[in-house]
Amino acid sequence: MEINGFLWAKDMKKRYALILPLLALLMVPIHSFPSEEEEYQLGRELMVKEIAANVKFTSERIGKKTLGIPVMEAMGKVPRHEFVPAHVRRSAYENRPLPIGYGQTISQPYVVALMTDLLDVGGGDVVLEVGTGSGYQAAILAELVKKVYTIEIIRELGEQASERLKSLGYQNVEVRVGDGYYGWEEHALFDGIIVTAAAGHIPPPLIKQLKPGGTMVIPVGSPFMTQQLMLVHKGEDGKITTKQVLPVRFVPLTGGH
Amino acid sequence: MLLGYAIFLLSAGVIGYEILLMRLLSIIQWHHFAYMIISLALLGFGASGTFLALAQRWLIPRFHLSFIINALLFGLTSVGSFALAQRIPFNPLEILWDRSQLLYLLLLYLLLAVPFFCAANCIGLSFTRFRDRINRIYRFDLLGAGTGALVIILLLFAFFPTTCLKLLGALGFFAAALMSLNQTLPRSWKRPVALFSCGLILSLAWPDAWLNPRISDYKGLSLALRVPNAEVISQQRSSPLGLLTVVRSPTIPFRHAPGLSLNYFSEPPPQLGIFTDGDSLSPITQYEGKREPLAYLDYLSSSLPYHLLEQPKVLVLGAGGGTDVLMALYHQAKSIDAVELNPQVIDLVKRVHADFSGHLYQSEGVKVHAAEARGFVAGSSERYDLVHISLLDSFSASASGGYALNETYLYTVEALEGYLHHLKPGGLLAITRWLKMPPRDSLKLFATAVMALEKSDIENPQDQLVLIRSWKTTTLMVKNGEFTEEEIRSVRTFCEARSFDVAYYPGIRVEEANCYNVLEKPYLYEGAMALIGEKRDDFLRRYKFSITPASDSRPYFFHFFKWGSLREIFSLKGQGGLPLLEWTYPILIVTFLIALVTSFVLILLPLWALRRNGSSGRHRSRIAFYFLSLGLAFLFIEIAFIQKFILFLSHPLYAVAVVLCAFLVFAGFGSGYSSRWAQRDDAFSQQKEGMPILLAVIGIVAVALAYMILLPPLFHRLMPLPDVLKIPISIALIAPLAFCMGMPFPLGLSRVATAMPGFIPWAWGINGCASVLSAILATILAIHFGFGVVIGMALVLYFSAALVIWRPLPMTA
Repeated sequence: MEINGFLWAKDMKKRYALILPLLALLMVPIHSFPSEEEEYQLGRELMVKEIAANVKFTSERIGKKTLGIPVMEAMGKVPRHEFVPAHVRRSAYENRPLPIGYGQTISQPYVVALMTDLLDVGGGDVVLEVGTGSGYQAAILAELVKKVYTIEIIRELGEQASERLKSLGYQNVEVRVGDGYYGWEEHALFDGIIVTAAAGHIPPPLIKQLKPGGTMVIPVGSPFMTQQLMLVHKGEDGKITTKQVLPVRFVPLTGGH
Repeated sequence: MLLGYAIFLLSAGVIGYEILLMRLLSIIQWHHFAYMIISLALLGFGASGTFLALAQRWLIPRFHLSFIINALLFGLTSVGSFALAQRIPFNPLEILWDRSQLLYLLLLYLLLAVPFFCAANCIGLSFTRFRDRINRIYRFDLLGAGTGALVIILLLFAFFPTTCLKLLGALGFFAAALMSLNQTLPRSWKRPVALFSCGLILSLAWPDAWLNPRISDYKGLSLALRVPNAEVISQQRSSPLGLLTVVRSPTIPFRHAPGLSLNYFSEPPPQLGIFTDGDSLSPITQYEGKREPLAYLDYLSSSLPYHLLEQPKVLVLGAGGGTDVLMALYHQAKSIDAVELNPQVIDLVKRVHADFSGHLYQSEGVKVHAAEARGFVAGSSERYDLVHISLLDSFSASASGGYALNETYLYTVEALEGYLHHLKPGGLLAITRWLKMPPRDSLKLFATAVMALEKSDIENPQDQLVLIRSWKTTTLMVKNGEFTEEEIRSVRTFCEARSFDVAYYPGIRVEEANCYNVLEKPYLYEGAMALIGEKRDDFLRRYKFSITPASDSRPYFFHFFKWGSLREIFSLKGQGGLPLLEWTYPILIVTFLIALVTSFVLILLPLWALRRNGSSGRHRSRIAFYFLSLGLAFLFIEIAFIQKFILFLSHPLYAVAVVLCAFLVFAGFGSGYSSRWAQRDDAFSQQKEGMPILLAVIGIVAVALAYMILLPPLFHRLMPLPDVLKIPISIALIAPLAFCMGMPFPLGLSRVATAMPGFIPWAWGINGCASVLSAILATILAIHFGFGVVIGMALVLYFSAALVIWRPLPMTA
């Protein structure tokens, strides 16, 4: 518990670290204001540090001390503020889920980083995403892999994400509006699949389109609340195993008698 | 008399409004937030007392005008506040992340408190102005409230909630019209007629677009309707049991098959989605009489019992759109009794979408019953091979405007005992729930089953239990008898073929428990083993969620929260740990604290205005204690008895309507009757002024104590009677208790009126605050100690109140 308390305090410190410079900025003459871009850059760096600290704390649970360096670099590079509606832009780099309209949300950055890491994909891989949303997760993946195919049910969201990704220069993402249930047959097999539009069950066609050795990640929960991550792994022999990962280190029993 | 009728109308309007708001907010939001918002909005009553205490000098000389204006304002704001409240972008899901949500919440309270404030002003003003007629005014107040509670539930069957809202708004105008007939005002028929017509016109004129519930973007219905070409088909239906919406989604089907095995490769057949209050999807699956398309049902964890039984006689509890009935048909059940609470849901499957559902509910061997599950079982003498409950969350009284939060009698120890008693030898009870990580409901249910078996004098409960899990659901089977080796083999074969994990069966080994859907540890297995072992109590204590079984006196199956885990969960916020937080209980506590602080301010504030009133602090404290105790005790008893009668009447809605109405109406008669005692007051000697109150309290204590002993065996014996008999019996039982409970408030207030008249509004406000606190506190106490303790505390409070007011109050100017 002490460790928790310590981290909590650190967490608060970090928050001040974010707020104090901003307050200080108010006091300096207008011409020396950093550009909005620089502010976002600062926010992003702090966010990445916070994720790293949280990972260290959870390391036992997720089986590693740090997330992959490329994942963290991607988190530090993708401008999250471009993916959220204007009214929540000021919160874009807080470690919290955000609403993106149409009853959809983007996950807490920590959870995005963790899911991406669990997907375990790299430079030459092709990834399918079901549930594009704002396109943030696709952008993170695009930083890491060769090609991202992403499917969104809601037309408006899909079209906005497609335009946004294009304007940000992501050439290796293709967005399609439609039913994610059947995957994207013509580009299968995929090295990794991420299903952010969690359904009551896992579409069998998606499992078929997963390459042997590949992993599928499915966050389970309600809007704003990712309860657990369901991992589906296809062995080289085609055998399916699944695993449930809680994003946090939480042991349900208190120690001692 | 006119005043009496006006008060009757307003009181009916207020209680109707409270119940209706619960309905509306349950549709828009989630019902525990609805509960929180309404509890606090009711503080409008307390605020009214404060306001009147401060402004009485100015208002009393203008009594009629003040009354009329407040009644009109009730009529306007009951509808208007709701319309405005809908514009506040409150999203409870973001509340832990976004501070501005707290501001929105505050705005919601303030807005929704206004109509309560206005109506309470009318009543409080009347007490102050006609202080010699307090008992009669209070009688009209209670009779109105009792009638309102009944009428709103009838109205909700007949009309949509928004229409009901308009009708309630009109009541305010009618009350104002009645008052404007009064002789003290210049005589003219024009005014009342004008007001009456205004009310009628306005109640029709509110644009529906302002009032139609704007369902949260994050609820299932809103999300389903975002899908291209998804549309609402057939007219929405509404009743106090919920707003039903049927959605067809042809382009991207629902494919509802929770926890479907990964070894099943086809798609479920087309489905229509029934949403209740914009959420909790229950599908109607297309059925054309062919078996093959239904094969997916055999790949759900809930189909396990069918692999142990041959052509069973099945009881499905919570039939909804019919999935479990289809499952039984698929497995060639011999006969199926399907129980569904909401008759409109049955109608949707049976009549409106009969062709789509393949006339499922008229199929051979299928019998559908519109009833509450627990009551159906208690009233039935049938025995079954299988009692099947799948993913059923109960409709609780709180959703219908009752008080306690999230109580359910479906999953208590006594409930499970009841289900087990209706099994044939070798029969199975199968209950499926969502799998949460770390496990909560599935382990609580397992513990409940163990306890139910123990209470049925089963020597080795561990030999009669099986628990399995898919990646999203768990299914618990309890057998009437010990599981045979062959049956265990069937369980293992079933799970192997579907990649489900066994979590517990008699003789399970740890290495079998975590093979397919791998958890960090075999949590369910470990939990189940601990719960059948000697260290059960230690495990229950050390587990970070509350999984101690629920009972009929503490019916809170969904209460998982433990204080000890709160700090840890908050410290895990950065790692996505907040979903571990169980909301309901903290919301209850926060609501109570806010109500407590607000009440404190509302009660202390008028003292400043009344400081020159000449009374000593001691007598003020006596008055405060008296009315605080009464407010707390009245609702403690009312709420606890609603809960007792829910079990007897077996239908939360009947219970709330009948019990609430009977309580208030008979309390009203009690109040009216007590005016004789109040008038005869001088017959008692000065020293015995407190006698009538003491007599009433003795009556309350005697009846309540008798009921605590007599009701359980009586209910048990009378349970099988039909509702037409049970309802009048309930009313007859409530009558004497309520009659006595209607007396202490008006008797006490009359005494304040005689001795310290300036304090009438203050006492009225204290009573209002206490009522709000009482409703919340009753639930908190019941969660921890059970409803028996709630009743016990009420009796202590009544008794102390009678003692405190025993000696006369000093006369002040």
